[in-house]
Amino acid sequence: MADANYPDELLYHDQHDWARLEGEDHAVFGVTWYAQDSLGEVVFYDPPEVGATVDKDSSYAEVESVKAVSDVIAPLSGEIVEVNDALADAPEKVNEDPYGEGWLVKVKLTAPGEAEALLSAAEYRKLLENS
Amino acid sequence: MNDAALKRTPLYERHVELGAKLVPFAGWEMPVQYEGIREEHLAVRTHAGMFDVSHMGEVEVEGAGALAFLQRVLSNDVAKIEVGGAQYSCLCNEEGGVIDDLFTYRLGGDRYLIVTNSANHATDLAWLGRWSRSFDVAVRDVADRYAMLAVQGPNARRIVAGTLNVDLPPRMRVAVERIGNRPALVCGTGYTGEDGVELLIDPEIAPAIWVELLDAGVVPCGLGARDTLRLEVCFHLHGNDLTPEHNPIEAGLGWCCAEQTGFVGAEAVARARAEGTAERLAPFTIEGAGIPRQGNPVLTDGEPAGEVTSGTFSPSLEVGIGMAYVRSDLAEPGIEVEIDVRGKRRPARIASKPLYRKEK
Repeated sequence: MADANYPDELLYHDQHDWARLEGEDHAVFGVTWYAQDSLGEVVFYDPPEVGATVDKDSSYAEVESVKAVSDVIAPLSGEIVEVNDALADAPEKVNEDPYGEGWLVKVKLTAPGEAEALLSAAEYRKLLENS
Repeated sequence: MNDAALKRTPLYERHVELGAKLVPFAGWEMPVQYEGIREEHLAVRTHAGMFDVSHMGEVEVEGAGALAFLQRVLSNDVAKIEVGGAQYSCLCNEEGGVIDDLFTYRLGGDRYLIVTNSANHATDLAWLGRWSRSFDVAVRDVADRYAMLAVQGPNARRIVAGTLNVDLPPRMRVAVERIGNRPALVCGTGYTGEDGVELLIDPEIAPAIWVELLDAGVVPCGLGARDTLRLEVCFHLHGNDLTPEHNPIEAGLGWCCAEQTGFVGAEAVARARAEGTAERLAPFTIEGAGIPRQGNPVLTDGEPAGEVTSGTFSPSLEVGIGMAYVRSDLAEPGIEVEIDVRGKRRPARIASKPLYRKEK
C-alpha cells in the first residue's frame, strides 16, 4: 500500500496497532499503515495460539521484516479466538492490505470498556504528525 | 550520537530524492533501503544494483618500506600483490584478535590503498600509525578524497563499462581510469557474491555518476540488501562475525593468514591453526519457520553451544539463515542444532559455504 491510510471506523493504539470492534465483545487486531511502513516488507508472522490470553498494552505476536523483528502490542485485553493463518504463506499481506487481508488475530474481549482509552483515526493521525 | 552529528555522503541528496529510509550507521546517515530490501537484493542477484558505500574509509600507504610495513600489519602475504592487484586481509592485534578486515589495492610499486570499515577507520589509522614508525613509510588518511560506489550483479560490468565509458579490470584487480574527467579507481571487487565493480571516485562527481547509472537502469540498493547479500555468500561483517575477541582461524579466515610473514598476531594465529580452537564460525540454515538474529543462543541437546553473530531472512533461499560461533565439534555441515529465537527453539542445520550458490 503506497500511501498512508488510517480508516475512520477503526480504533488505534499509540504503539501503531488497530482494533475493529465486532458486536459487543469481539475485535479484530492488526498493525497500522505506519507500522508496516516502518518495518518494511513483512516476511514472517509468528501468531499466538488460539485460546491464548492477550493483555492490553502487552505484546502478543511478532512480525518480522528482513531487517527487524517487531512486537505487536494488543490494543485491548481478551482471548484469541482466531488467527490469520493465511499470513503463514503470504506475510506480505500485512504490507499490502494492513486493515483487510493483513489482519492478525480475532479476540473475545474480556474488558470491552478498555476501548474508550483508544484513539480515533483523527487522534492517531495527530499523534503521528507530532512524533 | 544525535542526528546532527551524523556525517553524510556526497550522495545524501540523491538518497532523499529517491525516498530512501536513512538510518544512523557507524556515525553516518546511510540509506538502509529504497523500495524494499527483498527487491533490491533480487535486483543484484538477477540484474544490477548500486550501493553508496562512501562511508567506508581509505588509507594510503606509500614509501620504500610500504611492503615491509604491510607485511608486518596485514595477515595475508602482501608480497603476492602485483601492481594493479587486490587482496583481502585481516588486521590482527598481538593476540591474533581481528581489529578489522580489509582490502588492499596495490596502486604502484611502493603505493597501496587500504579500504577500511567505517566503524573501524579511526582505530585502524591509529594502529597503522603506531606500527609504521619503524618503517620508511607514510600512512595517510585519504577517506575524504573518495566517494565509493559498489555496482554489483550479472549486468553490472556491462552497464558500468558502457555508461561510464571505462575499461574494467578483471576480478581482484584495480585499474586507474578517468571517470567524469577525474582520476578514479575501478576495482574488480565486491561484497555480494555477484560479479561487479567498486568505484572509488572524486566526491564532487559522485552525484552525476550515480544519476547516470540510475538512468542506465541500475537499481539503487541500501545497506539492508548489502547485508542479506553478503550473508547469503558467508562474507564476514566486522563487528558481528569478526571481533578482536576472535582470531581468523576461528572465523574461518585461515586462508588469508600467512604466518610465515611474521605479521602482528602471527604467533597466536599459528597456535590456533596448529592446536585447533574451542569455537568456530559456521553458517547455518533454519529448517522451517523463524528468522535468527544476532545474539540468539545456539543449543545442542538443549544446552548452550554457541551464539549467532549474523542472522536474517534470505531473500534468495526464502528461509532464515545466519552464521554463529559454535563449539568446534558442531561446526560441520549437516549437524543439527537449535537456535533459540526469543524463547522459541528453531531447528537449524549447519551448512557449508556459501549458503547461496549461483546457478550456472
